[in-house]
Amino acid sequence: MSVEAWEPVVGLEVHCELKTATKLFCGCRNAFGDEPNTNICPVCLGLPGSLPVLNVKAVELAMFIGNALHCEIRPSLFHRKNYFYPDMPKDYQISQYDEPINVNGWLELPDGQRVGIVRAHMEEDTGKTSHMGGGGRIHDADHALVDYNRAGVPLVEIVSAPDIRSAAQARRYVEELRAILMAIRASDGRMEEGSLRVDANVSVRAGRTDELGTRCEVKNLNSLRSLARAIEHETERQVSLLEAGEPVLQQTRHWDEQAQKTVALRSKEEAFDYRYFPEPDLVLVAPGPDWQYQVALCLPPMPAERRAKLTELLGAGGPTAAQVDQVATVVALGLDTLVVEAASSGIEVPLALARTANEAAADADRAREVDRAAYGTLLRMEQEGMLTPTQAKAVLADLFENGGHPADIARRKGFEALGAGTVVAAVADVVSAHPEEWARYCQGEDKLVGFFTGLVMQATDKKANGKEVAAELRRLRG
Amino acid sequence: MNASELAGRVRTGETRAVDVLEQHLRAIEECDGELHAFLTVLGDTARSEAREIDRRLGAGEDPGPLAGVPVAVKDNLCTRGVPTTCASRILEGWLPPYDATVVKRLRGAGAVVVGKTNLDEFAMGSSTENSAFGPTRNPHDPRRVPGGSSGGSAAAVAAGLVPIALGSDTGGSIRQPAALCGVVGLKPTYGTVSRYGLVAFASSLDQVGPFARTVADAATLFDVISGHDPLDSTSLERPNPLALARLEEGVDGMRVGVVVELLDGADASVVKRVHEAAEALAAAGANVEECSVPEVSYALPAYYLLAPAEASSNLARYDGVRYGLRVDASSAEAMNGATRAVGFGPEVKRRIMLGTYVLSAGYYDAYYGQAQKVRTLIIRAFARAYEQADVLLGATTPTTAFELGSKVDDPLAMYLSDVCTVPTNLAGHPAITVPFGVDDLALPVGVQLLAPALGETSMFQAAAVIEGAAPAGALPQICAPTIGAGPTSTRGER
Amino acid sequence: MNEHGSARSERLTREDAAYVARLARVDLTEDELDLYAGQLAAVLDHAAQVAAIATSGVEPTAHTLPLRNVLRDDVVRPSLEREEVLAQAPRAEDGRFWVPRILGESP
Repeated sequence: MSVEAWEPVVGLEVHCELKTATKLFCGCRNAFGDEPNTNICPVCLGLPGSLPVLNVKAVELAMFIGNALHCEIRPSLFHRKNYFYPDMPKDYQISQYDEPINVNGWLELPDGQRVGIVRAHMEEDTGKTSHMGGGGRIHDADHALVDYNRAGVPLVEIVSAPDIRSAAQARRYVEELRAILMAIRASDGRMEEGSLRVDANVSVRAGRTDELGTRCEVKNLNSLRSLARAIEHETERQVSLLEAGEPVLQQTRHWDEQAQKTVALRSKEEAFDYRYFPEPDLVLVAPGPDWQYQVALCLPPMPAERRAKLTELLGAGGPTAAQVDQVATVVALGLDTLVVEAASSGIEVPLALARTANEAAADADRAREVDRAAYGTLLRMEQEGMLTPTQAKAVLADLFENGGHPADIARRKGFEALGAGTVVAAVADVVSAHPEEWARYCQGEDKLVGFFTGLVMQATDKKANGKEVAAELRRLRG
Repeated sequence: MNASELAGRVRTGETRAVDVLEQHLRAIEECDGELHAFLTVLGDTARSEAREIDRRLGAGEDPGPLAGVPVAVKDNLCTRGVPTTCASRILEGWLPPYDATVVKRLRGAGAVVVGKTNLDEFAMGSSTENSAFGPTRNPHDPRRVPGGSSGGSAAAVAAGLVPIALGSDTGGSIRQPAALCGVVGLKPTYGTVSRYGLVAFASSLDQVGPFARTVADAATLFDVISGHDPLDSTSLERPNPLALARLEEGVDGMRVGVVVELLDGADASVVKRVHEAAEALAAAGANVEECSVPEVSYALPAYYLLAPAEASSNLARYDGVRYGLRVDASSAEAMNGATRAVGFGPEVKRRIMLGTYVLSAGYYDAYYGQAQKVRTLIIRAFARAYEQADVLLGATTPTTAFELGSKVDDPLAMYLSDVCTVPTNLAGHPAITVPFGVDDLALPVGVQLLAPALGETSMFQAAAVIEGAAPAGALPQICAPTIGAGPTSTRGER
Repeated sequence: MNEHGSARSERLTREDAAYVARLARVDLTEDELDLYAGQLAAVLDHAAQVAAIATSGVEPTAHTLPLRNVLRDDVVRPSLEREEVLAQAPRAEDGRFWVPRILGESP
């Protein structure tokens, strides 16, 4: 049987660190990258006698997530998940178990495909263990060092149904989920900092059977690329096992980024027996109708809606393939309001979209904070020919980095726009100096526009606007 | 002298807080070698606290209702920078970086914390013999146990080393030792006193409460420590029932139910005292009737499933990583196992094992889940009983103080001494024990009053009546020479 | 989470005790295992009384309080001084807690 006859069946578990000011159960700062063990207190360090008190903002963000994923929001309970690990201060994790806050929702991918959401529940993060010596690998390490800054950071774990059928679709699911989480300001979306962590449950099945195969859980997927690669690799691995007549064993596997393959974790002495029971130090979380209504009311527009808005702005004829990607990019990065605001002030949408999807996206964090009026002015200057595209990009980079007024930045950079007469004169000079090329151009050899433009640029110290040069050439040709 | 009298004298300037303190520190010095009620005595910090009380009084301030009153605190309540051992080797040397809320409230009321008292390791036990640092003795008979787990606090108050003390009660750990030592002990309604800083044993059952030699002192201390705490999610928001202000209102017309199940199996001398207490309440105008709450007998087996389960989880954190004892080993896993093997005593290991077992895959529903349902039945049964009664009356313990070593090798026998106290913990209700005479061996007997949630006010009123009618108690064999062991009503023949 | 519907009729075995001790991370000697197996079985026999009580349709009680939605504002409060915390640790290095090498993966 060929690989084509097999289909991967994938469900994803996404852990999202919530962007609260403080941790889930105490007032310590929830911040990435601080000095080790500086954001710790009796509660998140699990000191004897300490007690958890739930962060209202975390509950609210969890409800936002539930709303955005069309979940039913229910009265929920925290349980204790008991297991020993040095990065877990109490040696149990406080997590919602059989009564999670969000259940039964769905997420729609840009292509219209829906992925079911089984649950999205709250829990606390663990500390961070660094395995020292032996190249940082756990099995070769000499000892470990533990930092509890992350212990107690609020997480929402979003569990999808096994509705995903390819690595590419898994990637689109995470991209869309990430855009949603950023839209509702639940997450900063930084996978590389661990703000979003993905585990994949992968099984394969032959053709169109409904029967699911044995699944493996793949962990350590720290980027969209490794997510896709891991699912591809795991699918191939399971298919070749099955084709060789060997069974797939249910196990947890680790994605090895260097080797580009999944590897089985050392088998455990005994299966985990988490001894869940209701957390006696916390009480029921049951958001009433008023609170739920408030949250639903505050829900910002979702990425799908925002993509539709941009597409609509692009107007009849629909977006080009490149523009579809640009729309997806600006929405995913939360930069679409830049385009919408520019468009409403009369900037051509394709120009606003292109600058936002390329230059602004390259510096998204700063671009989100940029002065909207200044951004519009810059686009207007480019649109009206006061700046060439190259110059506009240079001014934009400066604007994102240092702020200020685009006209001042352009002046500082020596980007004074050339008068129309200068361009006309320069074109006339160049044409008369190259009669042979001019004749070929007049006979229809259009690509020579580049040749003449280059010479004009040289002559004007790159200050000429390429579009104006081309227009003058066309005018001379008649 | 009791706490109210001491505070009164200090507040009026009749005596200085530092002098009160020195007197008590001397008593501790003289008696505690034999008694072993204290694990830590805080001479220097207590002296500076007392000086501060005197300074504030001199400046015209009122330090509060416990001004200058020396108080002892069970060593499972966190005290900043002061050892808090839970009588366990695993916490030896640990200095908490914070104070328990109740400790802050004590100081806020002007009390002076003089020391940390002995207990059964992690409050697991009924005799204080499970302390890693040696047992406490009963001041009435040093060959006998003071009860437990708050045996140190009970003994310290009974012997007059302090007028009041704090303990914690998960299944009777305040009331049982109070009864065995002949003092007043209260387990408040769950949620009225903050648990923040109380080292957890069984979180859904634990509650901090007072020991005192008089009902009025217990009421005063309860008023001081109760109230909402935003650091404890299970702390009640509503105003706490004030005990002291309405203490003397009597029991005229109060409905009292004598629970037959709380007398089943008790020693005849104990049963006799409970009936005498009931008569005293009737004589004071209460309507006393016998009643039956059969579900009370379910409480002990349910308790010995629920409490160890929670304990097994609460005690997981003692793993040798962040604080306390570490026994070195080649891996983290081996270090955990070795540390816990050395750091925990036999009773704690027993309960961790039991709790781990009943929560483990395959047994949860049969044991833990079933015990939680039985807990519901017990709560319903009490609710029915309180339709007919305002307070309930019964024995605190089936026996008076037993001899050291007589039950340590038989866990089940030891557990049975909690049979009268655990039902209220499961229900989350308040209960108080009041000394009521002695048995044939001149050992103190306690009678127990129970009330519905937040029923402390009526309960204290009945307790005051019982206290007023109590036959003479015995003077402890070990007691502070100058202070006198207690209120006049318990000063009796030696 | 459970495949058994009721408390087992057979008594807790020495193997059960050994499993539980591993799960609870307490190293026990052979003698201790024997001792605890017997004692735990006795306590469980007593506790088995609860198994006989009819509880169908009865809700379990985890909390005796009628509380819900006890919440804290998302406001930063001071953390502890790192040096004070690490001074309590059996061993620390580079501002972190030192532990011997860890054999198992985090689940």
